[in-house]
Amino acid sequence: MSLWSRFATNRAAVAGLIVLIVVIIIAILAPVMFPKGPWAMVQRPFLAPFGTDGLPLGTDTLGRDVMAGLIYGARVSLLVGLVSTVMALLIGVPLGAVAGFYGGWVDEIAMRFTEFFQTIPNFALAIVLVAILEPSLTSITISIAIVSWPPVARLVRAEVMSVTRREYVDAARLAGLSNLHILTRQVLPNTVSPIIVMASLMVATAILLESSLSFLGLGDPNIMSWGYQIGAARTVIRSAWWLSFFPGVAIVLTVLALNLIGEGLNDALNPHLTRKGKS
Amino acid sequence: MSVLSITDMSIALPSGADRPFAVKDCSYEIAKGEILCVVGESGSGKSMTANALMGLLPEGVTVAKGTAEFGGKNILKVPEIEQRALRGDRIAMIFQEPMTALNPLMRIGEQIAEVFEAHKRHTPSERKARALDLVREVGLPDPEKIIRAYPFQLSGGQRQRAMIAMSLALEPELLIADEPTTALDVTTQAQILKLILDLRERRGMAVMFITHDFGVVAEIADRVIVMRHGEIVERGTATEVLENPQHDYTKRLLEAIPTGLVPQSVAVEKAPALEVRHLKKTYYTGGGLFRPRRDVRAIDDVSLTIAKGEVLGLVGESGSGKSTLGRAVVRLVTPDAGEILVGGTDMAALSENDLRAARHKVQMVFQDPYASLNPRQRVMRALTDGPMAKGVPKDAARARARELMETVGLGADAVDRFPHEFSGGQRQRIGIARALAMDPELIIADEAVSALDVSIQAQVLDLLRDLRRQFDLSILFITHDLRVAAQLCDRIAVMQRGKLVEIGPVSDVFLNPQHEYTQKLLAAVPGGGWGKAAE
Repeated sequence: MSLWSRFATNRAAVAGLIVLIVVIIIAILAPVMFPKGPWAMVQRPFLAPFGTDGLPLGTDTLGRDVMAGLIYGARVSLLVGLVSTVMALLIGVPLGAVAGFYGGWVDEIAMRFTEFFQTIPNFALAIVLVAILEPSLTSITISIAIVSWPPVARLVRAEVMSVTRREYVDAARLAGLSNLHILTRQVLPNTVSPIIVMASLMVATAILLESSLSFLGLGDPNIMSWGYQIGAARTVIRSAWWLSFFPGVAIVLTVLALNLIGEGLNDALNPHLTRKGKS
Repeated sequence: MSVLSITDMSIALPSGADRPFAVKDCSYEIAKGEILCVVGESGSGKSMTANALMGLLPEGVTVAKGTAEFGGKNILKVPEIEQRALRGDRIAMIFQEPMTALNPLMRIGEQIAEVFEAHKRHTPSERKARALDLVREVGLPDPEKIIRAYPFQLSGGQRQRAMIAMSLALEPELLIADEPTTALDVTTQAQILKLILDLRERRGMAVMFITHDFGVVAEIADRVIVMRHGEIVERGTATEVLENPQHDYTKRLLEAIPTGLVPQSVAVEKAPALEVRHLKKTYYTGGGLFRPRRDVRAIDDVSLTIAKGEVLGLVGESGSGKSTLGRAVVRLVTPDAGEILVGGTDMAALSENDLRAARHKVQMVFQDPYASLNPRQRVMRALTDGPMAKGVPKDAARARARELMETVGLGADAVDRFPHEFSGGQRQRIGIARALAMDPELIIADEAVSALDVSIQAQVLDLLRDLRRQFDLSILFITHDLRVAAQLCDRIAVMQRGKLVEIGPVSDVFLNPQHEYTQKLLAAVPGGGWGKAAE
């Protein structure tokens, strides 16, 4: 059975994938749908949703279109989620791979370094980093990457350790291949599946982190994001519920979709975990 | 009077399996006090019947038809609750893997007592006393200590004894043993077989013994059933089946068994391909604050030579250091002291970089055909990576790979396939081709045929013999199976606890063993006497 057909048997995962694709398309088409951008004031403030033509989700405290904000926010959330995950993988995978492959004192040093980051609470560290670096899209992405790489390093280390003990790695050594060649061509390709699964879940966590930072006012002031929308609306949450409700729904849906995809990938890439019985 | 009688049993596999029935229309009986051996190769459905009796069929596999009468009832049909009462109480089972069949967190005594508890027998103090009796009965040393030990403190054979003690706890009428000695050393295997024979004598219970090894069959069976593709192809008493097989398949299986001591030792007087001098390797384990350091001498001052074109068999039980020696020769393990001369180069003294350049001189064929090929690489890559690292141009390496696949009998087109498309025996052929691709001066075969079924094993041995003649190969053939060693090797070296205790031509070592340990090993080979008679 191919990877896709195994993935497709998990209906929830397929639903998640569809939601994610819709979000991505919307994010890409944002400038076409709302050429004026998310900051333009289009009507009087506090218009309720579903009441006015052309403003399906109403307006916010300054008379800006909530729908436009939501759609531009999708770009930011996805961008931050993807870029920070890629960065975290770029830090975590090499570090974990080297630690697991060479062992000994290399492993010792790499793991103590990793633990140093793991002992500090994620969110607290992210806040501190953003505050030091001054809030901007780049600094937020970097700080999210910095707080999320340690689990990747640990996972890759464990996987590499187990793969390195297999006999085909011994065979590669006997073939006179260099360590780098063995690590990159023989070992790492066999650790890809759990990394992919973890990455899909990390994107979801990163989106949540970015929203939380923006909610606290640590977001990039020039960028409309879901977290910023909720944060800005919290003072009027009783009189204008829709201002925080819709961005909240957007976050829930996107994160849920990513989690479902992650789970589906896990089942599809590790068929021996799900296939029951039959020895 | 039969304890168990199975009539027309068929076990259906889920749709999409390689055949509709795991077991088809199978009928047999086991009488009281009888040992019935069910023999077959992997995938023949021999274990499925036992699993069905115990209600342990994997998900999706069901009994399609037939009955299994035990104690006047069809046990395939009784409800789960009754079946549970039956299990352990009147039918007991022991498994192949003594390492995983015991709960690692429970003491041996408690595990045995738990069986009584599950069936609500005896008071707690009685249970303990009974557990102790059982431990004594199965011949575990120092019973008082053993019942307080955890499984990891026991050796494989001791664990299997503990498992047998557990299965005997409730005095079952039928004992199902599913390959109980496959994971054990020959000497341990001989002890366990003797234990089962003794217990049968003493308790008069019926034993259904599932195995793939005709040597074991010769040793203990009263009656034999041979299974193939889920069907019984032959049945009869042990002597009938072993000495006068009727079905072609049985004949082929029997022929495939490495038997007969064919002394083929040609005096080899060419230059040595490998010379090992005073090799030493010690492993240190433990050594914390509260534990003394333990050192294991895996290789203890071993010296040997292999001449060009010679096959040297290295035999010994697990833990004898034979694998470590093999790995030291290819320098996957760095020895503490000594020299390993391959074509004049001392492999033990080379630096990382020089070593990489010299690697191609010694190649290895590994034990596990499923772990020795990278699942994400096509066969072509596996066969060309090494030569290309050595500096062979890409086209030449690819051409050679195709040629080698032809040589090992898989066909040149197979290079574009992935390892999972091949069976165990075929993968082992790929492993051999990979070793040959480097044009080595010496090949180390570490238990290269141990994981294979007998008929496949025979084919791979044939291939090795052919290749050896064709390329004048020198092989260090590491195995625990003396019968296999006898078939292929010119000389045999016997290792025990890191020391080389005996080395000599096959015929000498087998027919006239000098060292006490070698004699013990040879005596333990199951069906040994029968094998010699067949010669």
